[in-house]
Amino acid sequence: MHEELAGIGKSIVLTGELSGDEDLTVEGRVEGTIDLHDHVLTVGPNGHIKAQVIARAIVVLGQMTGKLIATEKVDIRESGSVQGDIVSPRVAIADGAYFRGTIDMQKTDPSTTADRTIGGVTAEPKTPMAEKVKPEPSSVNGEFVRV
Amino acid sequence: MERRTVTAVSAETVYASKTLASFLSLLFARPAAEVVDLGPVIGSNVTFIGDRVDCKIHVEDLYADIDRHLRQGTLDQLSEFLSGRFPLPDASIDAVLGWDIFDYLAPPAASALAGELVRILRPGGALLGFFGPRACDDPRYTKYFIEDDSHLRSRSYPSACGQRWVLQNRDISIMFAGLELCDSVLLKSGVREILFRKSILS
Repeated sequence: MHEELAGIGKSIVLTGELSGDEDLTVEGRVEGTIDLHDHVLTVGPNGHIKAQVIARAIVVLGQMTGKLIATEKVDIRESGSVQGDIVSPRVAIADGAYFRGTIDMQKTDPSTTADRTIGGVTAEPKTPMAEKVKPEPSSVNGEFVRV
Repeated sequence: MERRTVTAVSAETVYASKTLASFLSLLFARPAAEVVDLGPVIGSNVTFIGDRVDCKIHVEDLYADIDRHLRQGTLDQLSEFLSGRFPLPDASIDAVLGWDIFDYLAPPAASALAGELVRILRPGGALLGFFGPRACDDPRYTKYFIEDDSHLRSRSYPSACGQRWVLQNRDISIMFAGLELCDSVLLKSGVREILFRKSILS
């Protein structure tokens, strides 16, 4: 049986809250929030999104600005451009894609992370890094330079 | 330094990096590291680091900032810009991938950036930087791809920046006052790979 995919066409401009229980492809413009929770958002090559997005997976071939929260994966393809913050346990960025912002890949429950991130609350304090690594002498590379 | 392979395709070079291994071992020892990458986004680096440690990576691409200032004719404002470039709290970052960004900054801008990086590094945090041996006007930047724990692949790409600066070891030492020299390697190419750490006691 053929299942039709939900889509927002090139000429559509949508502002506000968008939510759904199925996968969605955006080729038009969306500003606001998108909540697909357990589904996949695909931003097509013509898509422009300026929003906070929550989905299971987010695939970007077009342009996105904002916060991307995916419980499974964010995938920015070669033609994709993202400016903003990503929260996802897995992030793939193709060679040639544009990204500027932060990528949070901490493997905690993403919904918890999402809530924390959306609220703008900073992460819990961390302890300093492990003990100092001593430099090993190298005779292969040339010489050590002590500054 | 042992050169593993040299390929003519896109003038890419793979080479061993001792400081990278030390840097990554420090980074991977952190359960929830925050990393600042001063270069353009490299998807494979993000995947490499993300697969090994829970982390948050700030992709800053200062090379694009330099190009933008060049195009706008505002290079004289770069120092001031870099002084406020990182809206991050003091001592909030575990590691900085500086690559060779300092080669493209005039001394005042380089000092301003170094000061900011020292500020945001948390005690025990690490900073990796590459410092070129000679001034030149090669209008290209370099992308560094992490191949594995101890090898990098470099690929040049066009830039608007036409000038490279040379920092002497003494200047580097002064710029990064507040950090300890952890490891320093002089490559056959003359490039100095330097790994700094912020003292745990600071």
